[in-house]
Amino acid sequence: MMYQIRDLHLSLPDMTRKPLLGPAPRINILNGLSFDVPQGAVLGIVGGSGSGKSTLGRAMLRLLEPTSGSITFDGIDITHQREAELRSMRRRFQMIFQDPMSSLNPRRRVGGIIAGPLKLHGFDNPRARVDEALDMVGLPRSFASRYPHELSGGQRQRVGIARAIALRPDFILADEIVSGLDVSSQAQVLNLLEELVRELGLTLAFISHDLSVIRRLCSRIVVLHQGKIVEEAETAALFDAPQAEYTRELMRAIPLPDPDQVWI
Amino acid sequence: MRDARSELTRPIGVRLWLSGGWLMLLACAAIFAPWIAPQDPLAQDLFLGRMPPFWENGSEAGFWLGTDSLGRDVLSRILYGARLAMIVALVAGTLTCLIGASLGLIAGFYRGWPDRIISRFVDIWMAFPPVLFAILLIAVLGTGLTSIIIAIVIIDWTRFARVIRAEALSQSAMDYVASAQVAGRARFGTMLTEILPNVLPTIVALLTLEMGIAVIVEAILSFVNLSISTDSPTWGGMIAEGRISVHQAWWVLVFPLITLFLTVLSFSQLGEGLKDRFDPVLR
Repeated sequence: MMYQIRDLHLSLPDMTRKPLLGPAPRINILNGLSFDVPQGAVLGIVGGSGSGKSTLGRAMLRLLEPTSGSITFDGIDITHQREAELRSMRRRFQMIFQDPMSSLNPRRRVGGIIAGPLKLHGFDNPRARVDEALDMVGLPRSFASRYPHELSGGQRQRVGIARAIALRPDFILADEIVSGLDVSSQAQVLNLLEELVRELGLTLAFISHDLSVIRRLCSRIVVLHQGKIVEEAETAALFDAPQAEYTRELMRAIPLPDPDQVWI
Repeated sequence: MRDARSELTRPIGVRLWLSGGWLMLLACAAIFAPWIAPQDPLAQDLFLGRMPPFWENGSEAGFWLGTDSLGRDVLSRILYGARLAMIVALVAGTLTCLIGASLGLIAGFYRGWPDRIISRFVDIWMAFPPVLFAILLIAVLGTGLTSIIIAIVIIDWTRFARVIRAEALSQSAMDYVASAQVAGRARFGTMLTEILPNVLPTIVALLTLEMGIAVIVEAILSFVNLSISTDSPTWGGMIAEGRISVHQAWWVLVFPLITLFLTVLSFSQLGEGLKDRFDPVLR
């Protein structure tokens, strides 16, 4: 089992309502989540905005510390581990961010962006690995000397993917990675991700608000609403017979290609 | 794939040429003053007092920009004055920048208690009127080059701390900081390798601005006679002396004033020009 998440609670202080003295009131964002991510699975995490899906993702990577509950990664309890203890493990779980314009340092060249984490984890020959990673995401090797703002949206997101896979992680979290792209780049990035998951034997958690994107990619789906899991099922089962009302609502939100065509 | 943007070369702007050129000229003047100055800047000759510049009637050969009431050559004094101005600009500017920017960076990136302490200090510091504060400091420290530099650093570090803190704060919210954490980079390393390059253009712009301000502060202190002893020529001191005899000898006031003005303007324009040029994002 790659990830085991048990009764996960997370609350953050609400600084806008902080009184002059004393602690700020806390907002509960995750209210007791439990699910598993088996080795090699592609799990979809879906929910509307404010459902806590990005917070869940950041808690799984321990960018945030849970209030209570537990997160076990590959048998190791990482719920409350300190940053120094986590550091050596961080190579094994990586993340691809929603907005590559924000997640790629604008003052670094693509080569440096991909090589940085490699050097931190003591990989030998980072240059060759950067080239290899660029090949795998289908970007020309010459892009290593480009700055992020010189690339298109789809290319930038490929750099984000290259940075994550260059470390040869066991698990990748993709947080809304196609929501900023146009439809044709969306399809390309999704195809690429699907291929990489197969080739590298990755375990993937894919966060999205869009069920149609999730349906293409994921074998299992967790539906999140107001920090709780309202439904968890295999993809086919979920689309055939959605149990929760909220899931049905999300499904109705999928745009269908011209449903009123007369000749069909 | 080819991208025309990478082949674009930008000409060095007029702004950068003019300001850089003037500052280079001044730097040369400061370094080579003993060789290029036509006269001894301290030599007094009461028979040559208040000679006008060379294009006016009654000017004296060898005194290009005229003489002051004690018969000292204005041009030579401006050239020697550049030495002090340049030293103050470089040393005080750089020290202020190092101290202010480091504190601002730490406050903006680490937040929490370091930010609370540093920000409180900045608030308190900025409540002092700067010129009075400088005069007070010099009165305590005694006059001299080191005291001027110390006074400028003590007064002006807040300018850097405030701006860099705000900049670091907004940069810290970017995902590339989270991404560095995902990659396992330590906090301090993230600050130096991810945040610092992004606030560097602002630091450079502020640094050149600060150099201009340092020149002004030095001139103000000389003007009120709190800079260095009167034997070494300073622009502020010349302006103060020129003020007294402005009706009889305007050149004693006007030439150092123009030099000071152009220098401060050049410093601020240099900063803007450099920021445009060396920022890969703006480019």
